[in-house]
Amino acid sequence: MREKRLKVTVPSETIKEVALMVRDELAFDHPSAVSGTDWIAKDEIEIIYFVGSATKAGFQDFVIALAERIPRRDPVAPSLIYVWAGVEYHERESQEMLGINFEGNPYKGHFLLPEDWNDMPPLRKDYISPGR
Amino acid sequence: MTIQTEYDPDSDRIMAVSFGPQHPGAGHFRIRLWLDGDYLVKSEPDPGYIHRGEEKMSEYRNYIQNVPHLERPVILDSSNILCPYALAVDELMGNKIPDRGQYLRVIMSEINRIISHMYFIAIEGLFTGHTTMITWCMGDRDFWIDLAARIGGARVTFAYIIPGGVRNDMPEGLTEKALQTCAWFEKRMDEYDKIFFKNPMVLTRMEKVGILSSEDAIRLGAVGTVLRASGVKSDVRKDEPYSRYGDFDFEIPSLSGGDAWSRAYMALLEMRQSVKIIRQAFKNIPPGPVRLKLGPQPRVPAGEVYARTEAARGEMSYHVVSDGSPRPYRVKIGSPSFKNMRVLPHLLRNVHIADIPIIYWSLNYWPLEADR
Repeated sequence: MREKRLKVTVPSETIKEVALMVRDELAFDHPSAVSGTDWIAKDEIEIIYFVGSATKAGFQDFVIALAERIPRRDPVAPSLIYVWAGVEYHERESQEMLGINFEGNPYKGHFLLPEDWNDMPPLRKDYISPGR
Repeated sequence: MTIQTEYDPDSDRIMAVSFGPQHPGAGHFRIRLWLDGDYLVKSEPDPGYIHRGEEKMSEYRNYIQNVPHLERPVILDSSNILCPYALAVDELMGNKIPDRGQYLRVIMSEINRIISHMYFIAIEGLFTGHTTMITWCMGDRDFWIDLAARIGGARVTFAYIIPGGVRNDMPEGLTEKALQTCAWFEKRMDEYDKIFFKNPMVLTRMEKVGILSSEDAIRLGAVGTVLRASGVKSDVRKDEPYSRYGDFDFEIPSLSGGDAWSRAYMALLEMRQSVKIIRQAFKNIPPGPVRLKLGPQPRVPAGEVYARTEAARGEMSYHVVSDGSPRPYRVKIGSPSFKNMRVLPHLLRNVHIADIPIIYWSLNYWPLEADR
């Protein structure tokens, strides 16, 4: 990644503490996006929280990418909605698109997908779109 | 009789009602409302009615084939939402975009910002019962669409900003017409200000409605006009200048009210700055090529990029992961409407039904952009 982007990969057991440190000590208070990637060859799912700072002078161009890798077969990760309230809907999206179970995020239904969706999470690499 | 202000699922006073997705004032979007009489106790957005799987679709197409469909979520603002994708691919490939191409990216982005903001205040006018605003804005917007069509060759979806620069150069002799449009539009904006934004009827309807504090705006991850109307001066064009935005003299307006009126007024203030940028860009555009020749299937080295730009509705971001193959491994689209959606249930509670459209439209929420 380029200058002014910092990617930190941490174990999912410690991501909450690191997130709190990023928010409170580094003043990165403005959640920007949550991305998830299915690394099927490594049998892992990577979750990345992109966080910027709206209040820290001189750091407006800086984005911290806080990443964690969880096993693909048991994709459980702690939710960070109590750290950054703004990531709530982003987590809901990753939950249904990649099948990640965010512990602490109370919403378990379908958000963008149809209510009666009963196939596997569509952004998993082994999901093949109809007609492909 | 007292009004029940706390949500209680067992209470027989609370009635659950859907606002949308067929409601003409909701777009293709549903908000679930829990009401006590005409008083809104709780609300919950329900997006997804126009989810088109853009992210999955991107994985099946190569980097150039992705250009036309990635601008479809917001046809009002198509150049701005395509720009971070082009920036991300350029960054992965290490492309150095020619100066003329950079300036044309700025010109098209700013024209699109005006086209989008005109639609925003037109709709805001419609839902405050101010019919003049929708007819004026929809009509005037067409002059900007004409200008964009002269450059991009289509009226709404231009597929103009592409990896490696822009698709084509602008026609000769356009500068004069563009400067005329800018001069006319500046006078026109003064009229919008008088007839709509300073109109006592509109002020009564929109002032102090749906107040969002700056702390909440940051905490909930609000972006764009919503964030700046709450007093946070944050704009990617200034914070992290891309496409030669650093060359231009413009300001980032912000307001402290945080109410529906401030959010709508931000659009007018931003359009003034856009006109300023467009004028400078047309006057100072350097000669030269506008794009790099990348071919129909460029080789993109493995890596990942997080690129962001300021679209009309706020910070637009793309997380692009490449594994070195001809197609992207992962494309994550972070659209401003999706980011602002978290603000909706925060504002839509403890208000009257009549304020719902005012608050909802003041967020400049665009369902297609949020669903992708």
